[in-house]
Amino acid sequence: MAAETKSLDSKIPPGPLETKWENHKYAMKLVNPANKRKHTIIVVGTGLAGSSASATLGELGYNVKTFCIHESPRRAHSIAAQGGINAAKNYQNDGDSVLRLFYDTIKGGDFRAREANVYRLAEISPNIIDQCVAQGVPFAREYGGYLTNRSFGGAQVSRTFYARGQTGQQLLLGAYQAMMRQVAAKQVTLYTRREMLDLVLVDGVARGIITRNLVTGEIETHAADAVILATGGYGNIFYLSTNAKLSNATAIWRAHKRGAYFANPCFTQIHPTCIPVSGPYQSKLTLMSESLRNDGRVWVPKQPGDKRHPNDIPEEERDYYLERVYPSYGNLAPRDVSSRQAKFRVDEGRGVGPTGMAVYLDFRDAIKRLGKKVIDERYGNLFAMYEKITGENPYEVPMRIYPAVHYTMGGLWVDYNLMSNIPGLHVLGEANFSDHGANRLGASALMQGLADGYFIIPYTISHYIASTPLPKVDTNHEAFREAKADVEARLNKLLSVKGTRSPDDFHRQLGHIMWEYVGMSRNEAGLKKAIEEIRKLREEYHQNVKVMGDANYINPELEKAARVADYMELGELMAHDALHRNESCGGHFREEYQTPDGEALRDDKNFCYVAAWEWGGASTPPVLHKEELKFEKVQLATRSYK
Amino acid sequence: MAGTVQRTINVKLRVWRQPNRDTPGHFEEYEARDINTDASFLEMLDIVNERLIKENKDPIAFDHDCREGICGSCSMVINGNPHGPELGTATCQLHMRKFKDGDTITIEPFRARAFPIIKDLSVDRTALDKIIAAGGYISVNTGNAPDANSIPVPKADADEAFDAATCIGCGACVAACVNSSAMLFMAAKIAHLEKLPQGRVEHEQRVLKMVKAMEEAGFGNCSNTGACALSCPKEIKFETIARLNRSFLKASVKRRS
Repeated sequence: MAAETKSLDSKIPPGPLETKWENHKYAMKLVNPANKRKHTIIVVGTGLAGSSASATLGELGYNVKTFCIHESPRRAHSIAAQGGINAAKNYQNDGDSVLRLFYDTIKGGDFRAREANVYRLAEISPNIIDQCVAQGVPFAREYGGYLTNRSFGGAQVSRTFYARGQTGQQLLLGAYQAMMRQVAAKQVTLYTRREMLDLVLVDGVARGIITRNLVTGEIETHAADAVILATGGYGNIFYLSTNAKLSNATAIWRAHKRGAYFANPCFTQIHPTCIPVSGPYQSKLTLMSESLRNDGRVWVPKQPGDKRHPNDIPEEERDYYLERVYPSYGNLAPRDVSSRQAKFRVDEGRGVGPTGMAVYLDFRDAIKRLGKKVIDERYGNLFAMYEKITGENPYEVPMRIYPAVHYTMGGLWVDYNLMSNIPGLHVLGEANFSDHGANRLGASALMQGLADGYFIIPYTISHYIASTPLPKVDTNHEAFREAKADVEARLNKLLSVKGTRSPDDFHRQLGHIMWEYVGMSRNEAGLKKAIEEIRKLREEYHQNVKVMGDANYINPELEKAARVADYMELGELMAHDALHRNESCGGHFREEYQTPDGEALRDDKNFCYVAAWEWGGASTPPVLHKEELKFEKVQLATRSYK
Repeated sequence: MAGTVQRTINVKLRVWRQPNRDTPGHFEEYEARDINTDASFLEMLDIVNERLIKENKDPIAFDHDCREGICGSCSMVINGNPHGPELGTATCQLHMRKFKDGDTITIEPFRARAFPIIKDLSVDRTALDKIIAAGGYISVNTGNAPDANSIPVPKADADEAFDAATCIGCGACVAACVNSSAMLFMAAKIAHLEKLPQGRVEHEQRVLKMVKAMEEAGFGNCSNTGACALSCPKEIKFETIARLNRSFLKASVKRRS
């Protein structure tokens, strides 16, 4: 077992939960408007968190350098979020409040998130909606002209704001446009088609990054007073996930190898409603928004192996298992719970479709009740997307869905100020671990990304800059030269292997190991096997990977090769974390720890902490740092949706 | 149920290969054999690339990311149509079941003066970002916003704004246009913001600034063929351009007087 060190200081401000953020905002130091332009801040990533942070920091007068892997910042993967964004507006007068959103999020995360952060998130949520509407985000409205809401899993109120099934797109375009306004004002300098390949520390402080220009292949160095990573999650380690193909873990993994702690890496979210795998050529999976569960009913045949056409299976021979097992939340049970239930049905031999690895999501009753027009208005683009991919019309045949990797709750450890344990390195959005505990509720990722970028980091990074001596550093510093040389050596090494298997081929195999042993349910023997297999595969990788082309020009194979090399290390850490956490909570389900009726069994006595891992080196195990989670407001309870 | 029938086809590809913007390109032919018809068009290219790598040949470069029709990365002209034959569909959502065994498929990059080629099917569309930077936003700083429900917006207006806002910025409209005009792209953003009361305030300035930026970025003008709207994966309406033309005329006259 890894050596343990002292607990981490999360820098939660004193005082009652309700006034912590307000008081903290007052207590933090400010940077004089005239001095802001003397400070450079690097932002890596242009999804919701990165774009909103870049825009806001630019407006404040900082000199912002923003990097993205895409040709255009608007293509970041937040664009694909479908269902919506939560906010405690209580426009529906249905009993919502900051306190309730806070509680739902803590409970949804299975009591493994930090109370103070989650409360602040709930507190900020209404401002996000105001900001987005002011920017022109076309949220759905009622005929009276006011904003409308829908429900999402894990909540009994309607607090989700949405723009048809393209909420992420509209929110991202809002943030992107705000950022482009700052680009025009020369407050933000954009660097597109750049991939961050290392973090540069000067005297232990984050002072810059190394990037590869993906068009010219040039390795570039950039210095700053502070670095913000908003590079998203690591779900693509599974090869097949709902993440976009370019989404990757390299930026956060490189920061981890430079000393940043990686928190709760085993907390991954398997989303219950994705279009099932259709064949070995499958390159990614497509999510069908959770919002569909507002009106769709999930079922499988009662009889195992029932091969009849779904429309020929009579009502009494269908098992609407979510409604049966969770009568009070029904089809809107949270994601982790719904995914596991789908797996149980498939394991019982009651899965449907050609592979038997799917369940039905049926709109027949909703169409009967509301009419096709209403369903089309609510979900038209999702139905069209489903039909394009599967060739089946969901107005006539139930959708086939199955769980797929979707989101990673784990990420780099950050304190209340969203700063990692490396001074100056701030981490926002999915890339950090902060707000969702062991399971994220639907429509909360967008909320967190924008809360971090618009409303938290502008305050906390100013405090950091105002209270830290930041001697002048430029890219001629030896630390930049060394990091650059490291990156070049790493890429050249990958190119020089000249083996026989492509990076994708290895990635698929790694993904298979991860899905099999570190996926929807885990056990000790499987996790140990995963670690062993990952090590073997990693060794083979560095001896047998085949990377075509060279480093001096656009080379997607080299890009993939470097990302897969990092996944080969991250995968082991995820398995290690899952193995050490001898309890089940949220998305982390250990088969040894379950209630008699198959629900997750937490161990609050021994595992009520954040596991933040320090890189131990290539051959030494990672070092565990614990942040004890103290619950002042909520009572730790068994999470029940029955 | 189409999804349950596993079928494979063989197709012949004619793919534009061009190592970089300074070297002339040419078509090369490839056999794509035993392609499952449930595979997407990009998955078919993945298979071809895996085979090229096995044969130590340079894989075909193409832009892609979300593979669900929303990021706007794909930029291919398939058999003469940006994003291929299916209406309202981005390349990544196109599936091989739309093709027949024995078909020859010609694949080219989006071609336009404002979209220089990077490699093969990958082009540089950052000119579109320049148009947005010129005025494709509402000038509101973070923290300025009133309560979201303080300005009711008629549902019909909100819906129209949304329809225009669904543009994914792929540039298919530019590739489809004989003049390589970005009018549909620009008109969609202007219509989105104009339809909302909070966006109306700076509407005229926005129109003037964005039109100027479009011209400077090397895009052509509109000659009303309507090819742009037919190629649009999000089916942005062609009328959006007429609305922009009216706005532009009005704003120009006002500026002169």
